[in-house]
Amino acid sequence: MSDGTPRLRPTPGQTVGPFFGFALPYDRGHELVDPGTPGAVRLHGRVLDGAGRPVPDALLEIWHADPSGVVVRRTGAMLRDGTFTGWGRAATDREGGFWFRTLEPGPTPSASGPRRPAMIAVAVFARGLTDRLFTRAYLPDDGDPERAAALARDPFLAGLEPERRATLLAAREPDGSLRFDVRLQGEGETVFLDLGQGTPGHAPPEAADDLAHGVVRGVAAGPPPDPLDLPDPGGAVLSGVPSPPSRGVPPRA
Amino acid sequence: MSIHDPQAPPEVRRDAATESQTDLSTEIRARHRAYRDGRAGGGVPEETGPVRDFAPYRSSLLRHPTKDLRHADPETVELLAPVFGERDIGPLEADLTAAHGGEPIGERIVVAGRVVDGAGRPVRGQLVEVWQANAGGRYVHKRDQHPAPIDPHFTGVGRTLTDDDGWYRFTTIKPGPYPWKNHVNAWRPAHIHFSLFGTDFTQRTVTQMYFPGDPLFALDPIYQSIRDPRARDRLVAVYDHSLTSHEWSTGYRWDIVLSGTSRTWSEPEDGDE
Repeated sequence: MSDGTPRLRPTPGQTVGPFFGFALPYDRGHELVDPGTPGAVRLHGRVLDGAGRPVPDALLEIWHADPSGVVVRRTGAMLRDGTFTGWGRAATDREGGFWFRTLEPGPTPSASGPRRPAMIAVAVFARGLTDRLFTRAYLPDDGDPERAAALARDPFLAGLEPERRATLLAAREPDGSLRFDVRLQGEGETVFLDLGQGTPGHAPPEAADDLAHGVVRGVAAGPPPDPLDLPDPGGAVLSGVPSPPSRGVPPRA
Repeated sequence: MSIHDPQAPPEVRRDAATESQTDLSTEIRARHRAYRDGRAGGGVPEETGPVRDFAPYRSSLLRHPTKDLRHADPETVELLAPVFGERDIGPLEADLTAAHGGEPIGERIVVAGRVVDGAGRPVRGQLVEVWQANAGGRYVHKRDQHPAPIDPHFTGVGRTLTDDDGWYRFTTIKPGPYPWKNHVNAWRPAHIHFSLFGTDFTQRTVTQMYFPGDPLFALDPIYQSIRDPRARDRLVAVYDHSLTSHEWSTGYRWDIVLSGTSRTWSEPEDGDE
């Protein structure tokens, strides 16, 4: 079904490269909630390459609902002033490790039928990845029959081979934390997603031609949209170089 | 992991120290020819982004998924995007030439454009982040050992929010090309990294903007990892004299379309309502 609007060809992605460490990570970007917040959980893991070796220059972003299953629409993710925004960003360390402190999302309501199993949307960027990848970290059932049933009846998960499905399930560690490893290639390769929405409108050829020249001309404003290289945040910036403006992206000394 | 990392496996380390641009260009051409032939034969859909498995970009060898992406209908959270506001960023962050104690060296430029979704609707109030090398082609990063000068007045990092019509605007310095270790005498075309959020999470994009007419385009395995020539063109800004200011700076226009994750393009079907 088409809504009659033009479907423009997207701007291609490119690798995040080796040098994002001084630009994208920011102070407490990986801490969606303060320490000691009731219900806070640590989500952690490693990013590994096709030889099973750590990827020390990857960047992960997470985006998820709050514990009641509601996707909050709040600013302040860059400030980390105590507002839970549901979004976070973490660079991997020398061992390919990352961690977030956040709240466990609840199952989200769906338009029809039962609630969807609780999950955390994940975007993965790295030097060597020509474009970003999407995946999901589903929360384990923790022995709860209702959550187990939600996972079991999910059509997407049900369509995956068991060993591949397992790559999308975060594991509950003995200390209560959630473990989610990302394997970019090879044995145990994580399932990455094509989230193509498949409801395109029509693309007038002239619109596409304009885009080929890098400029969108005459695109009517529509209705408002609905709702090498160790990026070590502590050491990525050379000494003697001035800090960005206040609230700028990090150099943390 | 670097191709010069002694721990790197042979398929990564290979003969990186001796591979020439000619070798790499031959590999790039072969991959582009395969796409062109496939398109001409009618069996290959139009690609709108880079291929993940692009061996001439050596760092991709062990880092690209070998299995196909799995289709999933986006969930509620994926159909929404994180929300940023004025309080998230400082007022000076869109001017990369300011706030560092003096004027950076180089060619002062304005880079501006509109961010729209696949239907052409403006992406409003959304975060745009940029980072880049300085005029000498040097990043403020400890792992960039290119022997070009650091500019004490330039960090090369900026952020802004799009306005109500989807516009962003940065003032900066034109970055220089820089050498890297993909092969012997490898140079990246001058570029500015962009990080973009759309109206839903599936539109999340990180990419690079290039400058028109760069002689390094044909040689660059990263740029050429996009096999479709029209798609490559979409990463190249245009010189725009209306963005140029009298006795102050030149201007470049670069518009951005965020339309989700599908890497290949198929013409919309006719006849649907």
